Amino acid sequence: MTQGTSAPTANSAWKLHEIRLVSRKKEIPIVETFEFEFVDSAVGQQYVARAGQFNMLYIPGYGEAAISTSGVSQNTGNIVHTIRQAGNVTNAIFRLELGQTLGCRGPYGNGWPLRDFEEKHLILIGGGIGMAPLRSVIESLRQSGWSFSKVTILIGGRSPDSLLYSAEYDQWRSSGFEVLTTVDHSTTGWQGNIGVVPSLLDRIELSDPNAAIVMCCGPEVMMNYSALAAIERGIPEDQIFFSLERHMNCAIGHCGRCQLGSYFLCTNGPVFRYNQVKELMKIPEL
Amino acid sequence: MNDFRYFRIDQFPEFLKQLMQSGYRVIAPTIDQEAIVYAEIQSIDDMPQGYTDEQKPGYYRLQHTGNQRFFDYAVGPHSWKRYLFPPLQLISTSIKSQDGWTFEDHVDEGEPYAFLGVRACELAAMRIQDRVFLEGSYVDTNYQNRRNASFIVAVNCAVPSANCFCTSMNTGPKCKSGFDIALTELSDGFLMEIGSSLGNEMVTPLGFPSATEEQLTESESISDHATEQIKKTMDTTDLRNRLMGQLEHSHWKEVADRCLSCTNCTMVCPTCFCSHVEEVPDLNQERVDRRKSWDSCFNPGFSKLHGTPVRNDTRSRYRQWLTHKLATWHDQFGESGCVGCGRCITWCPVGIDLTVEVAALCEEEP
Repeated sequence: MTQGTSAPTANSAWKLHEIRLVSRKKEIPIVETFEFEFVDSAVGQQYVARAGQFNMLYIPGYGEAAISTSGVSQNTGNIVHTIRQAGNVTNAIFRLELGQTLGCRGPYGNGWPLRDFEEKHLILIGGGIGMAPLRSVIESLRQSGWSFSKVTILIGGRSPDSLLYSAEYDQWRSSGFEVLTTVDHSTTGWQGNIGVVPSLLDRIELSDPNAAIVMCCGPEVMMNYSALAAIERGIPEDQIFFSLERHMNCAIGHCGRCQLGSYFLCTNGPVFRYNQVKELMKIPEL
Repeated sequence: MNDFRYFRIDQFPEFLKQLMQSGYRVIAPTIDQEAIVYAEIQSIDDMPQGYTDEQKPGYYRLQHTGNQRFFDYAVGPHSWKRYLFPPLQLISTSIKSQDGWTFEDHVDEGEPYAFLGVRACELAAMRIQDRVFLEGSYVDTNYQNRRNASFIVAVNCAVPSANCFCTSMNTGPKCKSGFDIALTELSDGFLMEIGSSLGNEMVTPLGFPSATEEQLTESESISDHATEQIKKTMDTTDLRNRLMGQLEHSHWKEVADRCLSCTNCTMVCPTCFCSHVEEVPDLNQERVDRRKSWDSCFNPGFSKLHGTPVRNDTRSRYRQWLTHKLATWHDQFGESGCVGCGRCITWCPVGIDLTVEVAALCEEEP
């Protein structure tokens, strides 16, 4: 029985592109930012990722890992990923030398609907490596030319030396963004806030909660408490967004591994409105 | 109105020969290890004749009837998914280069298979997997090639098993669409319903006569009789919402105490599509295949977050399987993921019957 009309010859859903490591930069312990270029520049020119989408990075023999995009290099259009060394695949990526090639499929996922947020007060909340996908939001906002009433960035880390992208905060501030940080544990010389990220929400000026958008990325417990703090400030549930995580294998909705309730995180997410997922997240081991 | 033809039982080899001469490799029921399984045949002698099956929860036995009938049994442990969505598939190959790797996608052009003996529930299962692999955001083109290359000869069930509940899932026992040809085994031959232009091209050269009113009536009564014999039921009324309202029901634990988390139900299910990809390097580490194989939500490592399993016990894994199959599948694909074939009941080593579990799960807790 013939299904569908086209007769494709390549299994495009699994199509791997060669990418080459062109630079890497240490951020915080076991976290580095990698810049990759497409070996075939024509593929690179076609490649467009929205903030909040991810790529599958592949090292033969080790496998693939879903890694959020952390922005696009302004000079070259190369893809940028901030990666935490956490498993077999990311360990292998950390062993790469400049000029070596690896595989890439993507971009996948829905990304943040930034265009819908124009004229709103955007509140970005990132915990730990959760700042990596939010950096692509920050980059997009700085480059988009769209108008937002205000942008507030709340960043949490375990300790002062684990605050991701700290060297960039001044640039963000100079773009008019409000940047607040907090740490779980201080070290000598730290003059800033101590405490969990959601507590920062209580301190920010919020002229109209109905015109606020909250975008969270970090551990689930941190996102849940951030949502509660946002609701406490009067922000409507459907204006709070989470970027969720589960290990992914195919990234195209075919393998079933990243399912949460009615969603596959890879194709329906990873970005969800809080009211879409809050009941599902309350049930342990769903 | 489809075209109906008739051929005598002694003309069955002619029909088979026509399939083969048209370039198809014919996959049909055969007996292996005392069960009906789908394998390639060369002649009708390779097919079981005079067999029926007895199925109960955790029980399957073939019985020899002594008659000459070809299809008086229900479905066995195999389903056609093993040909359309093979248990092991090559995805791509990576070849070591001077500065890293180059990649070759594996293209499966699709083997020209004629599937002979596809039951109504199995047609429904194919349709369900089409939605997963062809109608979502991404198309699995290798699956599409395999699907396009196949020719489907369906068979209307005459003798359902005690584990069949296709009538509850509205998928059978009579084949309604999705086939090139559908056969009904009559007392002295086969009624042949032509369901597609491809099917018509196939049978026209055979010159089989149009079916008579008597033959059509006999076929109807066989299907009616099969429907009457199906006693197992599942109440599907608002089932999605009823199950999703019971995610913390104590009965999940009760099932988990019996469930071995062996994955049998997911392996025999004709709609289960979960998979994982593994790396298969050669000894020099210079050529690495990526191979996709069937996986199961009953495997502890199936779903992970930050390197640790999301579903730590059998309770949560059984809940994932059952609620996906019968509830969240509706949200994702617009229909149930269950076709009522009963395989998960038959091949469960401890005889867990999902129709019984669903009924218990839908009862309010005291």
